[in-house]
Amino acid sequence: MLKSAITRLGHRVLDAVWRIGFAARFFVATVFRSGTAFTRLGLTIREIYFSGVLSLIIILVSGLFVGMVLGLQGYDTLQRYGSESALGSLVALSLVRELGPVLAALLFASRAGSAITAEIGLMKATEQLSAMEMMAVDPIARVVAPRFWAGIISMPLLAALFSATGIFGGYLVGVQLIGVDEGSFWSQMQSAVDFQEDIVNGVIKSVVFGVAVTAIALFEGYDAPPTAEGVSGATTRTVVTSSLVVLALDFVLTAIMFRGVS
Amino acid sequence: MAPDNLVEIENVVFGYGARPVLKGVNLTARRGQVVAIMGNSGCGKTTLLRLIGGQLKPSQGTVKVAGESVADLDQAGLYRLRRKMGMLFQFGALFTDMTVFDNVAFQLREHTDLPEDAIRDLVLMKLHAVGLRGAAGLMPAELSGGMARRVALARAIALDPMLIMYDEPFAGLDPISLGVTGNLIRRLTDTLGLTSLVVTHDVQESLKIVDYVYFVSEGVIEAEGTPDQIRASTLPFVHQFVHGEVDGPVPFHYPAPPYAEDLGLSAGHA
Repeated sequence: MLKSAITRLGHRVLDAVWRIGFAARFFVATVFRSGTAFTRLGLTIREIYFSGVLSLIIILVSGLFVGMVLGLQGYDTLQRYGSESALGSLVALSLVRELGPVLAALLFASRAGSAITAEIGLMKATEQLSAMEMMAVDPIARVVAPRFWAGIISMPLLAALFSATGIFGGYLVGVQLIGVDEGSFWSQMQSAVDFQEDIVNGVIKSVVFGVAVTAIALFEGYDAPPTAEGVSGATTRTVVTSSLVVLALDFVLTAIMFRGVS
Repeated sequence: MAPDNLVEIENVVFGYGARPVLKGVNLTARRGQVVAIMGNSGCGKTTLLRLIGGQLKPSQGTVKVAGESVADLDQAGLYRLRRKMGMLFQFGALFTDMTVFDNVAFQLREHTDLPEDAIRDLVLMKLHAVGLRGAAGLMPAELSGGMARRVALARAIALDPMLIMYDEPFAGLDPISLGVTGNLIRRLTDTLGLTSLVVTHDVQESLKIVDYVYFVSEGVIEAEGTPDQIRASTLPFVHQFVHGEVDGPVPFHYPAPPYAEDLGLSAGHA
């Protein structure tokens, strides 16, 4: 009994190590075989449409509501200290530094990441990837790499749009609804947000999240067992794993980036 | 090596993990022939095709296509060889996000610099050959099973390969589609000067169209011969297979402990 439990544990560990190794090789192969994604830009642009453009609605609506809630909650706290004029900087900094990249990445994982995994998993299950290989077309170059770069390009743009609509949402609630002074809302924001420290760092975060989410989604699809359960399990794992990875990476990046920032 | 052999398989041994699938298979396909590989499900027929296509490597023995040992080729060499092979997957494996036209045009666009006009003409010719020129604008989801397979066949012959491999081309087809598909395989082989390898368990349909048959069982070639030799064969396995008998050398029952024991009946009560 104990022996079989140990054997099972050993198998699980070995499987996990093997999978990590396979994922690493898959990632390297994708990067090295990315030529097609750039020489035939049409392929990548098509994927930007599917991952990026079609994610716009959920990103914009969520951004707007998150901004509006920030406006409400921020005003409620700030007015206790008589500093409601700082609402603009509070909304903008929270969005640009954290909420924009992180929430956009979480939404991207569930909207676009899951779609990528399901699509590639089903292509594998229906032998489309095998057929492509037999036609002397490398599926990693033709199918995987364009989706990978499309994800990396889309993610920072989505995060920026999330932050922009969020700020607009904060403005709607703070200035239009509650009546915070419009001049101080914008001028405080302008003086508080630093291009290098806040915006560039936020963009870096969103690029890193884009790499992580897209790579996980592609790998899970490519590695999915070619059955209905296999693809559904892989899709779930994409959302769960990439969400956790985004949150963990966010902590690490924040610790590195904003250590010296007041 | 005889120059007219396109595919030569010598003493090939292969297994998935610890499970041996092929235990020393010898097989040749001459140019211009339709060769059938038959055997019951799970006997390693599809594995043979994957070995020829270079998607798997044998653990022993050699697989040669047009004189080149497939397992020794690097990726570039393998891709060069695969451009001269077509493979028809069991369910067609059409790209579901493309129209029928784009599916057939896929290889032409990937591997040639032909202008779009020329590609259009070629695709329509290939589709016409399988009788589906009128379906060029449809999506794969709108096709019946038989039509999807014919589109896949048009796609497989797009680059005028020298070898086409068919994985169960007759599975799940109605009698009309069955006849159409069998006929197409024979006609394309003859008119385009191809060599065809057909993996199938549909004996009656394939005996009508093939030149030579190999029977695979338990990982070895159990019998081989022309359709007439096979029909006349007295080997128990071939007889069982050709006549579709329930029991014989291939048992009806999967290996199991004695029935009575499994039902919990002791010897006295059984």
